[in-house]
Amino acid sequence: MAPPLDRDQALRLLATMWRIRLFEERAGQLKRADEVVGLVHLSVGQEAVAAAVCLQLRDDDAVYSGHRAHGHAIAKGAPLGRVLAELMGRDGGLCRGLGGSMHLVDVEHGFMGATGVVGGNIPVALGSALAARLRGDDSVTVVFFGDGAVQAGHFNETVNLATLWRLPLILVCENNGFAEFTPRSAHTNVERVSDVVAPYDIECITVDGNDAPAVWDAFGGYLAAARTGEGPFLVECLTHRLRGHYEGDPGQYREALAAAEWQERDPILRFQRQGIAEGWLADDAPPAVEAEAADAVEEAVRFAQASPFPPVELIEAMVYAHA
Amino acid sequence: MPETTTIKAINGALADAMRADERVFVLGEDVAEGGPYTATAGLAEEFGVARVIDTPISEAAITGVAIGAAQSGLRPVLEIMFIDFITLALDQLVNGAAKAHFMSGGQLTVPMVLRTQGGAGQRGAAQHSQSLESWLTHVPGLKVVMPSRAVDAAGLLTSAIDDPNPVVFIENKTLYFRREDVPERITPVRIGEAVTLRTGGDVTIVALSRLVHDALAAAERLAAEDGIEAEVIDPRTLVPLDLDAIVESVERTGRLVVAHEAVEHGGFGAEIVAQVQAAAFDFLDAPIGRVGAPFAPVPLSAPLEDAYLPGVDDIVAAVRRTFR
Repeated sequence: MAPPLDRDQALRLLATMWRIRLFEERAGQLKRADEVVGLVHLSVGQEAVAAAVCLQLRDDDAVYSGHRAHGHAIAKGAPLGRVLAELMGRDGGLCRGLGGSMHLVDVEHGFMGATGVVGGNIPVALGSALAARLRGDDSVTVVFFGDGAVQAGHFNETVNLATLWRLPLILVCENNGFAEFTPRSAHTNVERVSDVVAPYDIECITVDGNDAPAVWDAFGGYLAAARTGEGPFLVECLTHRLRGHYEGDPGQYREALAAAEWQERDPILRFQRQGIAEGWLADDAPPAVEAEAADAVEEAVRFAQASPFPPVELIEAMVYAHA
Repeated sequence: MPETTTIKAINGALADAMRADERVFVLGEDVAEGGPYTATAGLAEEFGVARVIDTPISEAAITGVAIGAAQSGLRPVLEIMFIDFITLALDQLVNGAAKAHFMSGGQLTVPMVLRTQGGAGQRGAAQHSQSLESWLTHVPGLKVVMPSRAVDAAGLLTSAIDDPNPVVFIENKTLYFRREDVPERITPVRIGEAVTLRTGGDVTIVALSRLVHDALAAAERLAAEDGIEAEVIDPRTLVPLDLDAIVESVERTGRLVVAHEAVEHGGFGAEIVAQVQAAAFDFLDAPIGRVGAPFAPVPLSAPLEDAYLPGVDDIVAAVRRTFR
């Protein structure tokens, strides 16, 4: 069992969720203003999973993600300004503007990569876990993916291998009920991802992904076990994507949640209510937490806007690594 | 000079690399058992199954595993048993391995080798006989190596394992048991360096993999029957291509024939032809000749496969056409 969330951790979790929320909203605005370029998939509404998982990890723990990756990178420690600069194709971006929203990488903080291929990083993450085993250290690899990836062959191939080899990999599925524009029920008869993997004999749990402490506890328990070399594990987080599949999608394929219902389910507001009720958050503290995150995001915007575009020479210079 | 075979040279190079560097490990289908051609025979016994990892028939996942391990500092040598099955690994190879360094702004490297083998001639039919190298040469970020001789297979495999980039290493199944005298000590061969295997002043033949040996046989026949002295160049590496070596030869001979077993249409020969004519048009005395397979899948039936496969006769005929 992992220790429960303490007060400092809870405050850090709340602050991180706000940073992700406000970053995503600002990135959406900048996308509409054509400053952020390319396909941009926002994770508004899914912040609890990213924060509750990544804040428990060390820099030498590897995290891989999919196309909806901003929150995971930020929670793993990637600087907001360099994430935003990357979305804007600037030289100061994490990847010098060569990758963009779907291809964020921050090796320094152990964010080993996002991908635009749904599920494509799931076997790559297993390779990272294999490397940890061969090196003989206690680092753990985590891979985030959506429920849409579960119907892909490489997911099933990887779960088979991970369970066969018993590697320290934690699979974190953000089940938001939609694969791009289509509800899960139209793509599979299996409602829960935990049911898909059941025959492989993998330890797994399904939690409310909008309940940050629940994600923290579920993931933390598996993390402690993975540190000792156990694995793999799967955490299925039932969540809700408040925005479209990508910024600017027509969004007519589903009904918006009523505002009141969302107030109830919003992982940030819910965590704040819990904090006030439990006494670790003062009644009047939330506006300051939000304002601090807003300041950090505005500083990131200034950094990114001031960053130059990369030099054209980078195109040919970056194709191959040089010994 | 000791005699060896290509498969023994590959096996020896793998063992040497694993002895020299504990980050090197092998994974693939049946590798711990030595594989269908014994490329990995004895490795599991010497290095243990933790470094010689048998995998299920999951080409996509095991290619991803190799990428992840390489990004984490290891040096995987992945075997895809037949190049025909690289189709199942292409997403990981093309969207993952090839682009990781570029898209991460240089943060990630993928020092992996993907060993595979292709080629027809063993009645394997259309799904176990293909030559698909030209697809791979079209992907920036991959290096593509395709040796024809044991000495180059060993020397290039050593270099490929040392290379910080993903290298696709394409062997030919019909060359595995070809006997060859090699030096006592095999030294690394630099990736991107062609070798001239026969000198001649009348025509240049650039051939790939199995067709290198057919080109050498064709050159002997042309010398005997036509008095034509052919220079035979094996590029050994397709990406990066040693264009200078080819152009230097063409500037002397004024004629070029490019030969490979792959389907001629869209084959790598077309790229060599285009690059040479751009660099040495004024030196060419005749249209460049191409030799490759017809635009059809490889047939099973023995007389049909024999008719399908390009070989010595086709190279001789192509060279003679350049003298008309």
